[in-house]
Amino acid sequence: MSMATILSKGTFAKRPFRKRSFKGGIYPPEQKGLAAGMPIEVIPTPEEVRLPLLQHLGAPCKQVIEPRSQVQLGDIIGRAKGFISAPIHASLRGTTARVSATTLPAGRRVDVIPIKADETQPFTDRAVYDEIFGGDWAIEELNNYDPEQIANTARDAGLVGLGGATFPTHIKLRRNKEKPISHMLINGAECEPYLTADYRLMLEAPRPVISGAILAGRAVDAEHVTVCIENNKPKAIKALRNAAEGTNVSVCVLKTKYPQGGEKQLISAVLGKTVPLGGLPLDVGVVVLNVGTTAALARAVLRGRPLTHRVVTVSGKGVMAPKNLLVPIGTSFRYLIDYCGGLNDVAQTVIAGGPMMGFAVGSLDIPVTKGTSGITVLTQHETRRFGFGGGDGSGQKPQTPCLRCGRCVSVCPMNLVPGRIAQAARTNHPQLAERYHADACVECGCCAFECPANIPVVQLIRLSKAMLRRKT
Amino acid sequence: MMVDVLVGLLPVMVMAVVVFRWSAVVEVGLCVLACLASEWLLNLVQKKPQTLGDFSAVVTGLLLGLSLPSGSSWYICVIGSVVAIGIGKAAFGGLGMNLFNPAMVGRAFVMLSFASQLGASAYVVTDSDVTVLSQATPLTIAKQYASDLAAGREVAGNVEHQLQAAEKFWPLFIGQVNGSLGETSAIALLLGGIYMCLRRAAAWQIPLGALLAGFVCAALARWTDLTPFTALRHLISGSFLLGAFFIATDPVTSPISSLGKFIFGLGVGIFTVLIRLFSGYPEGVMFAVLLMNAAVPLIDRWAVPKPMGAG
Repeated sequence: MSMATILSKGTFAKRPFRKRSFKGGIYPPEQKGLAAGMPIEVIPTPEEVRLPLLQHLGAPCKQVIEPRSQVQLGDIIGRAKGFISAPIHASLRGTTARVSATTLPAGRRVDVIPIKADETQPFTDRAVYDEIFGGDWAIEELNNYDPEQIANTARDAGLVGLGGATFPTHIKLRRNKEKPISHMLINGAECEPYLTADYRLMLEAPRPVISGAILAGRAVDAEHVTVCIENNKPKAIKALRNAAEGTNVSVCVLKTKYPQGGEKQLISAVLGKTVPLGGLPLDVGVVVLNVGTTAALARAVLRGRPLTHRVVTVSGKGVMAPKNLLVPIGTSFRYLIDYCGGLNDVAQTVIAGGPMMGFAVGSLDIPVTKGTSGITVLTQHETRRFGFGGGDGSGQKPQTPCLRCGRCVSVCPMNLVPGRIAQAARTNHPQLAERYHADACVECGCCAFECPANIPVVQLIRLSKAMLRRKT
Repeated sequence: MMVDVLVGLLPVMVMAVVVFRWSAVVEVGLCVLACLASEWLLNLVQKKPQTLGDFSAVVTGLLLGLSLPSGSSWYICVIGSVVAIGIGKAAFGGLGMNLFNPAMVGRAFVMLSFASQLGASAYVVTDSDVTVLSQATPLTIAKQYASDLAAGREVAGNVEHQLQAAEKFWPLFIGQVNGSLGETSAIALLLGGIYMCLRRAAAWQIPLGALLAGFVCAALARWTDLTPFTALRHLISGSFLLGAFFIATDPVTSPISSLGKFIFGLGVGIFTVLIRLFSGYPEGVMFAVLLMNAAVPLIDRWAVPKPMGAG
């Protein structure tokens, strides 16, 4: 082994001194201080959870439970339909009610199964936390698990990408003879402003994160398993380094820049590899999983528990007491916000997720889904800063004509010409959208954040993409 | 963004007033007012919302005024402004839609219409108390010297003498030479220009490309004895810096990608020097910018950045 290989623990042998970042990107106000110091709290059992039958990328689930039937915590209530799908489990013990419907933050209307909670629950308060994050994680014995069994467990536990993309995890964990995996990257970048759910998880429960990382690496037979964190989370870096001691997992520290946690940006920053246009990380021998997903994987494999809870950050200057909460999936936004003291007088916009990639919601009665990493409540000033506003454009900064200044081009992490794709939407010009590769857009929102003319560039790009889909 | 342009132009305006006194204030002021008035009027007749608050008309007026010689008639300022805003911008659909730099459209119009009042000879005013006005502009002297040489004539003694004076570095750098109102002081232009680049109100790729290409072309010209000026003198004389930092960097009329901006800058630099050397005009920035403006759609088509992971 060469000196450079030893120095860099083998993972980054080729370019040991490369700056760990990507091209483009922005530095939005982080605002993580609001909730970063708040330990994960277990929310008191809500009276009701409402579980949408579509909480992942792919086909919606098929309802498999009759109304007014008794369900236990972890019972399957929606069965996966098709290969790219994930089952949905009851997140409490209770009685199901008639199927109703809800509108997800991104605008899709889906069926939901409500469950009324029983008086007694198998776990409450601290017991929930201990069952999910506490105890022993058998890091020494993980190599005894069968790789295929790990992927099957991920499938049966309904695991999806908890960072927000919600791609079914088991698909990523299948071994593929034609495309061997060299690197398993565990994404703890959490570059989205305000959100601290992954940070608290890494800080408080580094062992399940590492344990899940090892299992994921074993599932795909990855040569290297690397947890990637931005350098604005020194405590989490330390906690993970301690937990990873003596394992095959290494920790890689990245420059703090948005969108560092984007899959393609992460791969570029850590490995210097470029995912081909229209391709998957798989094509360059990489799998990326979120830290929350690996913790849930460890729980599923070692404890046989499906995905029923997740950590949600409730933050922003519009909420009384920002917190990080461990909640049953299906809990309503309203219940979470009320638990955080409610909205204050300056609250203006409630966002599912963070302000860069999240969607403003029209109602607080929508449920937390597997992909809800946070609820951000913005004040009027913040609303304007991040380019949100009423549906009629009220509350937004006034738009001015595009001056073609090219700032959107220089910040685009995918090296696109966002202004042109936006123009394609305005002029209803699918060929233009195609020529400028609208489909390659990851919708990170850097262009809209940076635009001096306050043009909602990323929203227009979404319209362009929809236009292209209609055409084909 | 436009406010940053105004701040960047501040040292240039100060030097214009220091060197040319009242005429700078009057002409630039007149151009700004005329631009604002035309914009207001055109919006009114087109029943469009008023757009004076975006300061783009102010910037156009400033650049037009600063590119005129001291002592231009009031109607030149007004006609230039009306054409700049009316034909240069409003006719294309307003801010963001125009193909050509409005200030340069206005200036080209008055320059071709009132050739005698804006030609090289118009810069010299003998009975003024502003001393720099008694000399021809450095580029005019250089042009005369070069054309005398090229024609095989003996260079007149006074031209030889004038050239020695015009070649001096410090007057060119500080701005104590004759020229258009805003173009004489290299130091003020550099200060303002670098400020604009740092504030990202101007894309640095454009001045970089222009200076690079201008330097190489001028150095070649010097090497082949086409001009008596060194490459450095070419860059700091005339409106090269004004053009490179303030005029060519108009985002609306320059390419959108970094590579495109750099190519655009190269083009501006090359054409400026070519026009200086081979045309009847001593200065070429204006036509160079307009020419490259016309090439922008082509550059934008060609210099599309490759998406991450493509090919």
